[in-house]
Amino acid sequence: MNGMNPGVLDILFDPLFAEPFATGLIFAVLLPLLGCYLRLRDEWLAALAFAQTAAAGSLLAMLFGLPLALGGLAAAGLAAGLKHVFEGAARGAQGAAYAMLLLLGWGVSVLLVANLPLAERMGHALFDGQLYFTDRAHLAAAGAFAALAAFALRGLSRRLLLAHFFPDFYRARGLSERRAHFAFDLLIAGALALATMSVGVMGAFAMIFVPPLIAFAWAKSWRRSVLLAVGCGVLAYLAAFALALVLDQPFGPLLGLLLVAAGVGSALLRRLAGHD
Amino acid sequence: MNALPLLEIEALTAGYARPVVGPLSMRLGAGEILGVAGPNGCGKSTLLAALTGSARVFSGRVCKRAGLRLSLQQQNPPEIGGVPFNAGELIALTGAGAGGLPPWLASRLGERLDRLSGGQLQFLYLWACLQAPADAVLLDEPTNNLDPDGVAFLEGALRRRAAEGAGLLVVSHDARFVGAVCSRTVRLGGSG
Repeated sequence: MNGMNPGVLDILFDPLFAEPFATGLIFAVLLPLLGCYLRLRDEWLAALAFAQTAAAGSLLAMLFGLPLALGGLAAAGLAAGLKHVFEGAARGAQGAAYAMLLLLGWGVSVLLVANLPLAERMGHALFDGQLYFTDRAHLAAAGAFAALAAFALRGLSRRLLLAHFFPDFYRARGLSERRAHFAFDLLIAGALALATMSVGVMGAFAMIFVPPLIAFAWAKSWRRSVLLAVGCGVLAYLAAFALALVLDQPFGPLLGLLLVAAGVGSALLRRLAGHD
Repeated sequence: MNALPLLEIEALTAGYARPVVGPLSMRLGAGEILGVAGPNGCGKSTLLAALTGSARVFSGRVCKRAGLRLSLQQQNPPEIGGVPFNAGELIALTGAGAGGLPPWLASRLGERLDRLSGGQLQFLYLWACLQAPADAVLLDEPTNNLDPDGVAFLEGALRRRAAEGAGLLVVSHDARFVGAVCSRTVRLGGSG
């Protein structure tokens, strides 16, 4: 650190960025954690659809003078409800439903951005990520949601794992796991809706998709995969946060590119080590 | 065996779009190992699906003792490739214990499921279902992929589980295995 330009340190430790940093850090832990269960269920496309739908909901909320977070959460929650309708459908039909949601969210967002000057600025912020403009309200919402998600996941984790490895475990006992799946979908939708407003649509998607991808390849147990995914997410976040500030670049794309580099590096390393 | 059965089937006809099995009547008591034998396609797995509510009951009825906890081992384990879950975690997931596992599996509890052989994976799933807290255990073709040592170990494990008071319903096309381990056997025909 001795050789570092003092100006860079001043930027990194500027109290102005303390709240945005803490907000992003919460999502850097939460999204990879949830992403492990999403990857277990092979539903990563649903995550992208939720994030895109949340962005459209935020823009619509702005159009009607409502809080952006409310619009994002409502739209993502609605998307989770629609996904629930397709829960029993064949895997191909589920994938098609997620793709339709994704296209719906994208279409609404782009039309709003193209036709409303105010939406244009907000649209760019939502897609690029506006982490450095998040405030105490964002931090409070992220913290409260993360606490709720951690509490809910304690109860949901075993149910989700059982449903994957023993699909008839609950049915054989006369119980249904559909409510657990819906609760998990709402968690994913809520996390992505809130994360989209700070780290952006693709930044949030990268954070929920790439760290579990890396962790699943290396970990020897579920517990270790969750820890590794969270570790990858936090490291990529710290690097992206610092680089974006120092290089004066948008945070979301930098985070996405760093995670892609980590994912490709991980795959190459596995190939070189003869694992794949 | 207790007088009250864990499970009772009366003139059951079950299937999916159309009836596949039945009419069939049987009872499973606590501590009993009941075999259901028959050739491929005779409806053995459909019978288990009807008992767990995933197949349609066309006629007849299934009576379960109040509060009955069922555990089902499916013929084909779900796709597990790429998920970092190890053998010890799988056993713990159903609430089963690892005590009493055969040595060739006990030594591999730290291995990921996608690093195990087909026979090891089959036995692991069997164990996780057999030793889960349950009053009745339904096993669908449990000897698939198992070598003779695995089958012999399974026979002992089934007898011990029954001696502990669980009722076991074993569906298998392996007549020797069914004859060796089951106290009674119901044979299904090949027509339906």
